[in-house]
Amino acid sequence: MNKNYLKILLNGLIKENPVLVLVLGTCPSLATTTNVTDAVGMGIAATLVLICSNIVISALRNIIPDKVRIPCYIVVIAGFVTVVEMLLHAFVPSLYDSLGVFLSLIVVNCIILGRAEMFANKNNVVASAFDGIGMGLGFTLALFAMATIREVLGAGSFCGISIPILRDYCVPILRDAPGGFFVFGVLIAIVAAITGKQHLKGAGCAGCPSAALCGKLGNCAQAEQSAEQEEGTANA
Amino acid sequence: MLKSLAIILMTSVLVNNYVLSKFLGICPFLGVSKKVDQATGMGIAVTFVMLLATAVTYPIQTFLLTPFGLEYLQTIVFILVIASLVQLVEIVLKRYLPALSRSLGVYLPLITTNCAVLGVTINNVTDGYNFVESMVSSLGCGLGFLLAMVLFAGVREKMENCNPPKAFRGLPLTLTAAAIVSLSFMGFAGIVDNLFA
Repeated sequence: MNKNYLKILLNGLIKENPVLVLVLGTCPSLATTTNVTDAVGMGIAATLVLICSNIVISALRNIIPDKVRIPCYIVVIAGFVTVVEMLLHAFVPSLYDSLGVFLSLIVVNCIILGRAEMFANKNNVVASAFDGIGMGLGFTLALFAMATIREVLGAGSFCGISIPILRDYCVPILRDAPGGFFVFGVLIAIVAAITGKQHLKGAGCAGCPSAALCGKLGNCAQAEQSAEQEEGTANA
Repeated sequence: MLKSLAIILMTSVLVNNYVLSKFLGICPFLGVSKKVDQATGMGIAVTFVMLLATAVTYPIQTFLLTPFGLEYLQTIVFILVIASLVQLVEIVLKRYLPALSRSLGVYLPLITTNCAVLGVTINNVTDGYNFVESMVSSLGCGLGFLLAMVLFAGVREKMENCNPPKAFRGLPLTLTAAAIVSLSFMGFAGIVDNLFA
């Protein structure tokens, strides 16, 4: 039983990393990774919200009517986001200022709604809590990796401490918007090359948080990816 | 007056483009940009919802939340208003404008969880815009989103025929292309000051 929970925890960290494998929560991962401090702060804030909302949604999974579940999830998530926002405002005002609007935007972070829809409404409270911790840490880890690349190479510093030789040869574009897209793309490609698969199998439309709302379009990147992968396996 | 509105509009369309320089609304940008016509549909739907959301959330913020000291409820109230607004628009379109509903309808449910819409309403409050300025800024953000979507869809249609390394197939290639499109938008920095000088 304990082993099972460990598996759920590790699942989020590596095998189903929400950012680099499931490709959820792209907006904050691009916007808050210009320096390591912001990225880790964002990761921890989102992790807190994710754990709390997973626990509450899982505890209420038999009470929430199926038809209105998405609005219910949004209310629960928005509640916790407000709590985290107020805590940060009171205790870490510098982080509150630098994250700005992205702190409120945790509400619409696909990872949190996605985990509620994919995991918390099907599993018990303890498993959901572990899933929240694993996914949250996976998110933080991915943000940390991206921010490290962008800050070290883009600004020649780490957590605001400048690195002697590197700071004279930094590539400032990596800290700007184009660098964000580029580093993100390269990281996903590296993960794909290491794991040997282009995209996780179950991560087609079922893995997309919009699937519950969308379901009609069937033309998004996710569907395209899983179709491509099926094609690949068929050829092999 | 008119000049300041024009500056807000141009800034939000070109310089502070929501997708390409502020990283809001990346999901639809990557997801629905495979064909130009779909990208256009999504862009128009987002612009429409942004304008509507601003028109509703601005009075709520000014006449309800601020006078009663309830600013901390902003996140909850705004997301609920946007979600119900999108539902309402869908129902109204289906009933009265079935043709428009058929072409835009599929994009509407996706917009509920679109961070660009929530982002624009919150940013308008943070920037201290008045009602007209807020509406213009929302229009600009929506048009900027539309522009980025259509440009990028054009780029992606051309990419169909290329043959990248295996690991880069799919999303990584799309993101690299997005980096180049975003690079071109960096050229607009500073243009607004000179345009209306």
